[in-house]
Order: sequence, then C-alpha cells, then structure tokens
Amino acid sequence: MYEVDARGLSCPEPVMMTAEALKSHGNEDIKVLVSEPHCYKNVEKYAASQGRSAEVHAVGSEFEVIIKK
Amino acid sequence: MDLAKNKVTLLIAGAILGVLAVILAATGNPGNMAFCIACFIRDSAGAMKLHQAAIVQYMRPEIAGLLLGAFVISLVTKEYRSTAGSSPMTRFILGFIMMVGALVFLGCPLRMIIRMSAGDLNAYVGAVGFVAGIFTGTLALKKGFSLGRSHETSALSGAVLPIAWVLLFALSIFVPALFAFSESGPGSMHAPVILALLAGIIFGIVAQRIRMCTIGGIRDVILMGNLDLFAILAGFFVVMLVGNIALGKFTLGFNGQPVAHAQHIWNFLGLYAVGFAGVLAGGCPLRQIILAGQGSSDAAVTFLGLFVGAAFCHNFGLASSAASAEAVGGPGTAGKITLIICIIVTFIIGFMPKKNK
Repeated sequence: MYEVDARGLSCPEPVMMTAEALKSHGNEDIKVLVSEPHCYKNVEKYAASQGRSAEVHAVGSEFEVIIKK
Repeated sequence: MDLAKNKVTLLIAGAILGVLAVILAATGNPGNMAFCIACFIRDSAGAMKLHQAAIVQYMRPEIAGLLLGAFVISLVTKEYRSTAGSSPMTRFILGFIMMVGALVFLGCPLRMIIRMSAGDLNAYVGAVGFVAGIFTGTLALKKGFSLGRSHETSALSGAVLPIAWVLLFALSIFVPALFAFSESGPGSMHAPVILALLAGIIFGIVAQRIRMCTIGGIRDVILMGNLDLFAILAGFFVVMLVGNIALGKFTLGFNGQPVAHAQHIWNFLGLYAVGFAGVLAGGCPLRQIILAGQGSSDAAVTFLGLFVGAAFCHNFGLASSAASAEAVGGPGTAGKITLIICIIVTFIIGFMPKKNK
C-alpha cells in the first residue's frame, strides 16, 4: 500500500498530494494520513470524484483514509 | 442537517449567510459593507486605538461572534484541535499583505461579492484581479509551495485568540471609555450590538460547518474543477443580489458607489494581492478567523497580521480613500508603492525554491 503523509499540512496540499499519488500509484491501495477532519473529508470527496471508494479511520487525534484500488 | 453534504445544501447554507448579511445591512451596518471581514478588523483596530482614523473605529461584535461560533461548534463536533508551528511569521506577513490589498481595493473578498451584488462594477474589476491572484497562487502550489506542517500543542494554546478577543469585546461593552467609537463615517454605522453578535455567532457556526472560503471556492475550481465551495459563494451572491434589488439598493455602474473608487488598476492589483497571498496562507480572511476559532494558532497569527496590517494601513496612509463628489479616490502614492512591494514579496514567498517536505 502506497502511503501519503499529509499530516499538519494546510489546504489544499493534502488533496493535491492525494491526486499525485492516484496518478503515480493508481493501481494500488493508497493510505493518506491527515490531521484535520476537513482534510479527510476533502480527500474522501476527491477519491469519490475519481471513482474510487475510501474508508476513514480515526487514529488517535488524526485520521487515515484508505483509498481502494 | 449536514450543510456540507452536497452542492445544493452548500448553496442553501451560502444563501442563509447572505440573509444574515442583508439583515445586518438593513439594521445599521454600512450599505454594501454589510459583512466585510477586512473592514471589521480595521474598525476593531481603530477601536483599540491602534490607528487614529476617526471614521473607522468600532469594536465590531461580528468578529467576536465569528471566533466564538467557530470555537464552540468545533468543541461540540470535536473538531477543535490546538495546532501551531507552520511558518508563523510568513503567515503574519501574508495576513498583513492581504489587509493592504483589501484596503487598497476597499473590502475583503466577501465585501467584493457584496459590492458585486449591489451592481458596483469596480468590484467586478477587483474580482478579475482576485481570480488572477488565486491562479498565480495555484501555480506556486503546483511548483511545490508549502508553509510546512503544523503540530499539536497544548489544548489551551489554540484557545488564546478566541478567549482573548471575546474578553476584549466584553470590555468594550462594559468599559466603553477605554475604546474609541466613530461619531461619523462607516465606523459610526452599525447594527445593534446583540444582533451583530448573534449574526456573527451563527455565521461562524455555519462557515465552520461548510468550510466557507472565498479563496478556496475559486482555488478548488482552478485546481480540481470542484464546485463545492464555489456553490456557497454563489448562494451568498444570489441572496444579496435579490436583497439589493428588493430594497432598491442595486445600482449598476462604476461611479457613485458607496465606499469605493474607480481606479481600475488598483482595484485589480488590490484583490490580486489578496487572492495570491490568501492561497499561500491557506484561506481568505474569513477562513483564517474560523480556523483560528477551531484552535489553529497559525491562523491566529495570520489574523494578527491582518489586524496589525489594518493599523499600518491607516497610520501610514496606505488605505485608499473612497471616491466622492470632490475627489476620484483610490490609493495615494504610499499605498501604491506598498501594494507593489507586497505583491513582489508574495512572489518571493510563493516561488522561492523549497526544501523537500
């Protein structure tokens, strides 16, 4: 699984990093780590807009979004 | 109800905020300045005597309301996170630059939309500059611009600005002699305190829930073709437009607009600076207040940049004057030079070679 660490970054960097990851590693699951609730929602929405399903898990005070291939 | 669910709910939420702005304008806030973040911060800086421009001094309850609304709702929804450490001084400068740009144009992006909805064509010129600035900012982002990561801090640290500001606001109510209040001009025009405070709180809650951002709305369209945040701005604009037409306040034209000037190049460049610096700072002045309310010390520092910037603008004569029967208005030489320097500095911040994240 390809991992993107976008923790602590401001909008729209987490989504931009997710977009890059989907381009470069589109044929595998991608794990995106983010800190803020609005970031995981944005990443989740972006994945959906690209026709990918995503699951969100809370990890401590942060979040991981798993984007399925 | 999840207001952020889809474009329709976002449009409705934007419309609700438009209604709040119409109410505030109808009950005393300056005409097409109904809900202007830059103006409110500038008036508050004046109220605390950080500048001496007698016509723009008033402790605007809306700012306290926005901070309080975002703070409380983020506690309720457990979205409050006390964070800091992402290039604070750069953010301060970006906040300062946003205020210089806004006060050369005469309004933040929210007031730009309000002025557009009242038929002020100068605001459309500003809007072109705003979009151009946001586009420039997205180029910097694509080239790898980042202010770096923030980190969690002690829970109280993120609450300092909301608490301190609400206390200052309370002080202005209970010991008004400590503060300055305009007797004429825009600072003297205001909705009743309780109404303004309540409207600010509701605005803060809704804006936090829907992540309203005038810059994000356009940035996301440019970067990703995503219209979610843009829908909010559209809802806000349409309600203000209908409100202005219904109240007979819609006048199409460049001249004779309230608190505006028709210096096209400076309207363009003013909001160009706001759009560009705002993309780099991760949000417009409104969004910075909301983020500061939900615990971001970085956004709080951007707010302080806006606040100090407002004081500098009036102490050093950088803010534009409004056009009148006697004068064409617009920025003076100091304002023009400073704005150009601000834009150059934003280019340096945005396009300076970066280390890897």
